[in-house]
Amino acid sequence: MEAYLDNSAATRCYQSVCDIVMKTMLEDYGNPSAMHQKGVEAEKYLRDTQEILGKILKVKPKEIFFTSGGTESNNLALIGTAMANQRTGKHVITTAIEHAAVAAPVHHLEELGFEVTVLPVDTQGVVRMDVLREALREDTILVSVMYVNNEIGSVQPVEEIASLVHEKSPRAVFHVDAIQAFGKYKIHPRKQGIDLLSVSSHKFHGPKGVGFLYVSEKVKIQPQILGGGQQGGMRSGTDNVPGIAGMGVAAREVYDHLDENVEKMYELKQHLMGGLGQMERVVLNGMPCMEGAPHIVSASFLGVRSEVLLHALEERQIYVSAGSACSTHKRSASSTLTAVGMGKEQLETTLRFSFCDTTTMEEIDYCLDNLRELLPMLRRYSRK
Amino acid sequence: MINAFLIKYAEIALKGKNRHLFEDALIHQMKLALEKTEGEYKVTKEQGRVYVHCLGEYGYEETVEALQRVFGIVGICPVAIYEEEGFDKLAQDVLSYMKEYHPGFAGTFKVNTRRANKRFPMESMEVSAELGGEILEAFPEASVDVHQPQLRLSVEIREKIYIYSQTIPGPGGMPVGTNGKGMLLLSGGIDSPVAGYMIAKRGVTIDAVYFHAPPYTSERAKQKVVDLAKLVARYSGPIALHVVNFTDIQLYIYDQCPHEELTIIMRRYMMRIAEHFAKERKCLGLITGESIGQVASQTMQSLAATNEVCTIPVYRPVIGFDKQEIVEIATKINTFETSIQPFEDCCTIFVAKHPVTKPNLNIIHRSEEKLNEKIDSLMEEAIKTTEVIMIQ
Repeated sequence: MEAYLDNSAATRCYQSVCDIVMKTMLEDYGNPSAMHQKGVEAEKYLRDTQEILGKILKVKPKEIFFTSGGTESNNLALIGTAMANQRTGKHVITTAIEHAAVAAPVHHLEELGFEVTVLPVDTQGVVRMDVLREALREDTILVSVMYVNNEIGSVQPVEEIASLVHEKSPRAVFHVDAIQAFGKYKIHPRKQGIDLLSVSSHKFHGPKGVGFLYVSEKVKIQPQILGGGQQGGMRSGTDNVPGIAGMGVAAREVYDHLDENVEKMYELKQHLMGGLGQMERVVLNGMPCMEGAPHIVSASFLGVRSEVLLHALEERQIYVSAGSACSTHKRSASSTLTAVGMGKEQLETTLRFSFCDTTTMEEIDYCLDNLRELLPMLRRYSRK
Repeated sequence: MINAFLIKYAEIALKGKNRHLFEDALIHQMKLALEKTEGEYKVTKEQGRVYVHCLGEYGYEETVEALQRVFGIVGICPVAIYEEEGFDKLAQDVLSYMKEYHPGFAGTFKVNTRRANKRFPMESMEVSAELGGEILEAFPEASVDVHQPQLRLSVEIREKIYIYSQTIPGPGGMPVGTNGKGMLLLSGGIDSPVAGYMIAKRGVTIDAVYFHAPPYTSERAKQKVVDLAKLVARYSGPIALHVVNFTDIQLYIYDQCPHEELTIIMRRYMMRIAEHFAKERKCLGLITGESIGQVASQTMQSLAATNEVCTIPVYRPVIGFDKQEIVEIATKINTFETSIQPFEDCCTIFVAKHPVTKPNLNIIHRSEEKLNEKIDSLMEEAIKTTEVIMIQ
């Protein structure tokens, strides 16, 4: 048996996604910027996806800009906003649990002379409103908060944050990294007060190498990739038609079944957390089950280094990740796990399990059975 | 235009009656190295000199780099070849060579002529003198210095005229294949690839053994070792890499023996397994990247303890090197970047906080007796399940 529990790293594409990707490659392969019929046909895929996404988010299709994925969306949002609004102010706020794709561009802004405030989080990984209130200033131009944390699944009170931001810093742009939230939550930027929203396709059964940034039409943002002026000049470069078409189909399919998917994932999550909770020396991280994201479980297996447990599970075709897959290239401790106050032992022993709508109860049981078997064995052998 | 390379080698020339064996090995290794480039070449041995003739188009940089990885080569001289049509044409060719490769030359020089083709009507001294005169006339700022010239212009008169003036340093050493075979204990670290390189430099063919310990070490750690073996193989030629699954042996030692002796005892079993494969592959010695005092298992006492189980010689080419000196070689042979990727290797996963640094052999023997029950079958199993990867 195989249990793929690393869906927050990448998901399997839906068959319908593969079909349309193939169609755009073999039949409608024109350049969407071309003037002839082949170009028009290709361009239609872009409009279709914009419309699908516009409907899901309840925004205008022209407020959707396609990118190469979450990292580019975040870079464009943060650097583009800061550059376009630096005359208004130079203060930027973010949190201590952001993904590197937000943390690194913000750090870059700091080097360029912007002033950065990094908000701490509580032990469940949630920003405290009183701390945010104090941090917001007249000259704050940008606030960036992630919707769902990729490592521990904590969820920020995005709407509450938005109204506080707009109340205290009316000139600030509010950016939300929704890469782990899209496909799991109903997100309505206009109603929720979100100005910019980053999304990545391969987290919800779409292809890799594509994503989008929602940019409210009220927001001024400076393009970061210059060239042929595609997408109204916001992001030059020949449009990734196969990826964009695939992403549109994936988004539609996920949102058509959102409620049942979420319900199912919470059942899986409850079952996994219940099983883990009965094991000795296992600490569950993040928010209580139903408050956190439906698809992410973070647990620390005291006495077993996460890398070892990960490879032991891998030998049994169970795929999970240590911290977040994106941070394993660095050997340093995860900043999210550090920010929620984990000590050294917990930092070294934390695994993430993440599901999707096609994960089964059998996979969870298979994973739990193997953990019960492996943990006592692995704990016997440790560094003394 | 440069269309050949004269290969200089030093030590081989000293080897008396074996000289032709060494030259043949050198030519064989040169051919192997050149095969990996885009160009086509003919490698010839004529009158005690080895030449690489470039046939058709070739990449200059690529060719030089390939030759710089062939042990035994001391110098590589890019040669321009011209037709032999008498002295006047020769003088003309020399001047056009000078204009192309040393435009505006204003230093001291000397012309060295070798006349292998005795039908050429002038003697070599005479040719040198005449050519010197021509150069002085064409390059008024230049002057002759026969003792310490800045530029040595070599002219060889053969069936054709060979002109060269530059020597690019080669790696030195002896051609691989002239000195038997050794079994390298390759970890993912910085030292062992350097050790392999240094032994190969003395003409030794190498095979390698790597111990992995899943799930404690990852697939990526194994891939890293494969990558390192490939980098070493660029100098040493093909390597048979033996990947031994060491987990069960390691855990058994962990269960039975005092923890602070774990590393030493583990290394003794690694040596035993390495020696098994060494004998199987007809290797005459083991090669390790140990350097005295670098870690607890590399003190003189610890080395003696691991050495004790071997019946064939153990060569440790970096034994007297500081870490920085090893890093310099690793950087030069391009293994450093790969070696420092952060994957755990099986020597460090269970390492004790205070491992023994001066192991007492009697105590180690007594500890190892506790392994009697199962160790033989575990060793057999590890040997039987070893995967051999051919690294080209």
